[in-house]
Amino acid sequence: MIALSDFLILGALLFSLSVAGIFINRKNIIILLMCIELMLLAVNLNFIAFSHYSGDIAGQIFVFFILTVAAAEAAIGLAILVVLFRNMHTINVADLDTLKG
Amino acid sequence: MSIEKLIFYGFAVILLFAATMVVTIRNPVKAALFLILAFFTSAGIWLILEAEFLALILVLVYVGAVMVLFLFVVMMLDIDLAPLQEGFTQYLPIGIVVAALITVEMIAVLGAAHFGLDIVAAPIPHPEGYSNTREIGLLLYTVYVYPFEIASVILTVAIVAAITLTLREKKSKSQNIAEQVKVRREDRVRLIKMDAVNKEEVD
Repeated sequence: MIALSDFLILGALLFSLSVAGIFINRKNIIILLMCIELMLLAVNLNFIAFSHYSGDIAGQIFVFFILTVAAAEAAIGLAILVVLFRNMHTINVADLDTLKG
Repeated sequence: MSIEKLIFYGFAVILLFAATMVVTIRNPVKAALFLILAFFTSAGIWLILEAEFLALILVLVYVGAVMVLFLFVVMMLDIDLAPLQEGFTQYLPIGIVVAALITVEMIAVLGAAHFGLDIVAAPIPHPEGYSNTREIGLLLYTVYVYPFEIASVILTVAIVAAITLTLREKKSKSQNIAEQVKVRREDRVRLIKMDAVNKEEVD
C-alpha cells in the first residue's frame, strides 16, 4: 500500500520545484503564472491525499473551490497580461516600473 | 512492489519531470504543453486517491479550458524571448538552495516518521456502489451551498473583468442616457405629406 507520506512528499517536491521556477524565471510573467498554477496543484494534491486517508470528503470540496478560484485567477491574470502587452509591448517584469517613484 | 505502488511511482516521476521542464524550458509554448502533461499526470494520481470527480474536473477545466487559454495568449503575444532569459543562470543557485531547503523542511515534517503507514493506516476500501461524485454533491449542495454560490459569483466577476479588460472599442454597446431623455418627438418622427398614388397607374 502507498503511504500518506509518499503523496505528501510528492506534493512538497512539486511545490519547491515551482518556488525554484519563480526564482529562475523572474523576468517572464507567463512562466510565473504557470508556476503559480503548479503550486496550487501541489496544494490540491495534499488536500486530496489527506481527504482520502482520513476518510473525510470535505477536503475534496476545498479542492473544488480552489480549482474555481484558480480558474478565475488565470482568466483575469491572462487578460491583464494581454492589456499589458498591448500598451507596453513587453511582458518583461524588469520593464514594468511605471509605478516607481 | 505492488502494481499500485508501481503506477504511483511512474506517475510521480512523470509529474516531477513535467514540472522541471515547465520551469526550465525556454520556449513558453513548450512550457504550456509540459504544464498540460503535469495536470494530466496529477489527474492520474488523484484517481489513485479515489477522487474520481475532481480528477475528471481537472482534465476538463484545466487541460480543456485554462491551458487552452494559456496557449492562446502565449501564441497571440509576439514576445521577444532573449531579454526574458536574462538572469536565468544568475538566479539558478539561489533558486535551487531555497527549493532544497523547502523540500528538506517539508520532508522532515511530512515524512514517513509522522505520516507513514504505521501511523496513518491505509483507508478501508469503500463498499460496492459507493459514488465519489454523489458524496461530493450531497455535501456541496447542503453544507457548502453558501460557498458554492459565492464561487459562482466569483466566476461571473472573472468573466466580466476579463472581457472588460480586453475590450478594444471604448463606445461599444454603451447607451448615453442623457441623450435618450433629451430626445423630443420632432427629432425622431417626420410627417410627410404626399399625394395618393393610383395603383393601376404605377403598374
